[in-house]
Amino acid sequence: MKLKMFSVPYLVWMVIFILVPLLMVAYFAFTGEDGGFTLSNVSSVGQYANIFVRSIWLSVIATVICLVIAYPVAFILSRMEKHKQGTMLMIVMLPMWMNFLLRTYAWMTLLGNNGIINNILELIGIGPFKLINTSGAVVLGMVYNYLPFMILPLYSVMEKIDKSVLEAASDLGCNSRSVLFRVIVPLSLPGITSGITMVFVPAISTFIISRMLGGGSNLLIGDLIEMQFLGNSYNPHLGAAISLVLMVIILVIMTIMNQFSPDDQVLI
Amino acid sequence: MNKKLISLLMAPFMLSAMFTGCASEDEAVEEEEEVYAQTLTVSDPDYYTRFKGQDISINVYNWGEYISTGADEGTLDVNGEFTKLTGIKVNYTNYATNEELYAKIKSGGASYDIIIPSDYMISKMIKENLVQKLDYSNIPNFSYIMDNFRGLAYDPQDEYSVPYTWGTVGIIYDQTMIDIPEEEIDWDLLWNEDYRDQILMFDNPRDAFAIAEILLGYSINTENPDELAAAANKLTQQKKIVQGYVMDEIFDKMGAGDALIAPYYAGDALTIMEENEDLNFVVPKSGTNLFVDAMCIPTNAKQKEAAEMYINFMCEPDIAFANIDYICYSTPHSAAFDMLDEEVQNDPVSYPDEQFIADKTTVFINLSDDANRQMQNLWTEMKSAEDDVTNTLFVPIFLLVCVGIIIFVLVRRHIKNKKDIF
Repeated sequence: MKLKMFSVPYLVWMVIFILVPLLMVAYFAFTGEDGGFTLSNVSSVGQYANIFVRSIWLSVIATVICLVIAYPVAFILSRMEKHKQGTMLMIVMLPMWMNFLLRTYAWMTLLGNNGIINNILELIGIGPFKLINTSGAVVLGMVYNYLPFMILPLYSVMEKIDKSVLEAASDLGCNSRSVLFRVIVPLSLPGITSGITMVFVPAISTFIISRMLGGGSNLLIGDLIEMQFLGNSYNPHLGAAISLVLMVIILVIMTIMNQFSPDDQVLI
Repeated sequence: MNKKLISLLMAPFMLSAMFTGCASEDEAVEEEEEVYAQTLTVSDPDYYTRFKGQDISINVYNWGEYISTGADEGTLDVNGEFTKLTGIKVNYTNYATNEELYAKIKSGGASYDIIIPSDYMISKMIKENLVQKLDYSNIPNFSYIMDNFRGLAYDPQDEYSVPYTWGTVGIIYDQTMIDIPEEEIDWDLLWNEDYRDQILMFDNPRDAFAIAEILLGYSINTENPDELAAAANKLTQQKKIVQGYVMDEIFDKMGAGDALIAPYYAGDALTIMEENEDLNFVVPKSGTNLFVDAMCIPTNAKQKEAAEMYINFMCEPDIAFANIDYICYSTPHSAAFDMLDEEVQNDPVSYPDEQFIADKTTVFINLSDDANRQMQNLWTEMKSAEDDVTNTLFVPIFLLVCVGIIIFVLVRRHIKNKKDIF
């Protein structure tokens, strides 16, 4: 009984700042300007299908790249000596000490037509490339910003894999490939799913990365929602409907993801 | 108009740049400081003391970097002076776009006593009854406002607003890379295929459409669906040669030479030109948008009379001059204009020829909801249209992956169940 009391502040917090806003989003999505019930907002989301497709596509690519980069990093990290692990983890976290906007802003200068990367390429003699304002730049921004969110959960799971488990696998005749696929990957599955969630969800709903690195012509769902509130025509109803559809999409994808994690660890 | 969204973050870096730009030389600044300290005279000191000792405060909601704050040596702390003079406390906060301001006021979440929206937003707010009529007998300094800035289309009877600053939209370009004489530069430069990938464009539909509409010979306040569609078509043609759609990023990109041509607001263009000497700014001859930011009082203001006093204070010649000297935009205030350096007064960027202003420039007024919505839809369509292959390939790939995952899950479950049985 006493212990339950401690959860009250969090419950109140959740109701006020999570539940009520969610209900308001749903309310706005299904009402028109006159306040009456309508489905027109939700159905008009359909015309933005190509923006949804692009958002999902780019964030899937970013998530896959993050996973491919982060997996070996997390493994190497987890196999290091204990005192080194702390330092290396700090280096992984280091970029996150700086403001997210500033870091993305820095990429703008790096990737620009007269930016540092193009200047160096020019010195070597490879002509300037169009780097910024492409969908590739948007993916790069996502990978750069969300990579730590992939490394950390992977690391914390792999750290718990005992060295003797790997040795035992080798003793029993596994070559290094089957150690990876039959021991390490299955054991780190919870880390993989939570890493994917933590990268995919913010990536699909980002708007500032696409605006800064995509040059405004690589619209993502986040930009679309932002435009409904702060754009030329103030239309909170359509904005709420788009947010709702986005939430449903994320929910569906997360449900699929959950099928992979062990039954006792369902994440959402 | 659209001020520095990032300025809040970049403020420490930008401040130094701003000041070197606006206040000519350090010595002059020091002199000015002394002048301010001694001779801040107001026309009618009695008027300002009415609320003394009543512990009143007003909420002022303004653009970022849009008032003289005294943060740098030699500038005047306008809000501080106001409090000193009247005893009224000023709570000062910032916004970055008109739309942000509108969303705040419309949702009724906060109460402000002074706001400084732009022209079209003022007419929209008048229409929706979000701002209230002013009592001009409390604002005698309105008499300083130049005739050119009275009775403008957004507030034709001068009932709701007192102009604060104005400016024009023009083209900022790198004159070392573009071999077109200044006199011949017009809006079609932004459609010139020779400069593919070197052109930046406004990332807000109203400003972008206005440019296309001027080129096509329409009014920038047109609500005709066909004309809007034609303008959107024009913008779609431009898309393939545009490097990016940007607002505040323009400061960095033009300053660093990442792009050669961009349309922008005159006051901000001056700031960018301080960074990069190759740049030049031209107000196209075929006409442009004249924007005015004006002070208004929201309908739900709590301290209307104190707010009117603040507006009047902002129109005191010394104060108006201090502000305009700090923010580099153009002033509609006749006495403040007379106090400017002759060089600035004759600068065609800040103060174009009066005849040109009268004949060739138009202020935005609010469009109907339908026109706004059509414009927003056309804009989204224009920006999201693309000829990428990924799009056509994506749906089948996505479906395949989903099906694959489902099969995988089912097979896995099946195997697991079998294992459990044994």
